[in-house]
Amino acid sequence: MEARKKGIYLFILAGFLVSAALALLVSPWASSAPDGLEKVAEEKGFIEKAEETEPAWDSAPIPDYAVPGLTEKAVDEESGEVVEEPTKLATALAGLVGTAAVFLIAWGLALVLKKRDRKGAVGVS
Amino acid sequence: MHIPDGFLNAGVSVATGAAAAGVVGYGLYRAREELDEKSVPLLALGAAFIFAAQMLNFPVAGGTSGHFLGGMLAAVLLGPWLGGLVLTLVLLVQCLGFADGGLTALGANVFNMAVIGTVATYFLFRGLKAVLPRRRPYFLAAAGLGAWLSVVLASGACAVELALSGTSPLSVALPAMLGIHAVIGVGEAVITALVLSVVLAVRPDLVRTYDLPGPSAVPVDSEVSR
Repeated sequence: MEARKKGIYLFILAGFLVSAALALLVSPWASSAPDGLEKVAEEKGFIEKAEETEPAWDSAPIPDYAVPGLTEKAVDEESGEVVEEPTKLATALAGLVGTAAVFLIAWGLALVLKKRDRKGAVGVS
Repeated sequence: MHIPDGFLNAGVSVATGAAAAGVVGYGLYRAREELDEKSVPLLALGAAFIFAAQMLNFPVAGGTSGHFLGGMLAAVLLGPWLGGLVLTLVLLVQCLGFADGGLTALGANVFNMAVIGTVATYFLFRGLKAVLPRRRPYFLAAAGLGAWLSVVLASGACAVELALSGTSPLSVALPAMLGIHAVIGVGEAVITALVLSVVLAVRPDLVRTYDLPGPSAVPVDSEVSR
């Protein structure tokens, strides 16, 4: 039983490494096509409602999954203009930071929510 | 399907926010009893995996992409209440940290993806599991079907909110949202069944809702040799 209990941390570590690797190595190559809702909003002509609205929260440290400051010049496919675009590294780092942050916040929250062990139970199991 | 600011009116934002807060509040209450030494790290891992997986948009038909939602996976691994909390936390971090999903639509996004796509769909999964034979392939099939339903039902809820807000009529938004998410949901089903089959192979004891007999964590041989 004790071995199973220890084994869980090996599983959690392996799972976290897989998650971090997905975020770091795969996310820069994820599709940048609009998602289901965005596509419907474009086709049905209500995407403007979002574009014309000032975001209610503009203090996100890593907006749009790209670490600020890491940009490169690229040609916009629609307008043909040269624009600054986030690099693959900006996306990769955003993924890594986000995955680690979510992991730590979730663990902390779970510890706070967890029922404290009763004092009498210490040392039993 | 993270709704940005501007799509929903105040009434829909407040109503979905209140409904989401009620369910999440009940989830926090249940968490006190349900969290133990095993589920604390598993909840953290579930949240981290779902955050990472949600970044991986895969192309689907017609210049559209979809990404993993993870509601069914979280609910099968942790139960509906802890699973709903995982999705809520991911949505909160995405909104505040990454400007994904509007702050005024956060209640609606939690309602769609954590309440409908996780808690409510969990009970459909449980119904499926009850009518299917009690064997591992059917358990995975129930989870896969549940995962497809979670994406489709969440997108349906989103369409209803768009219609109630006067953004797009239901006759337009509903078939469009259901149509594209019926395709995206296939990806959801495959990923959910795949991840669950890996966890069931390695640590079946970590899948909270897995209560089937059959190949158990401890092989029969090792029982005999003891």
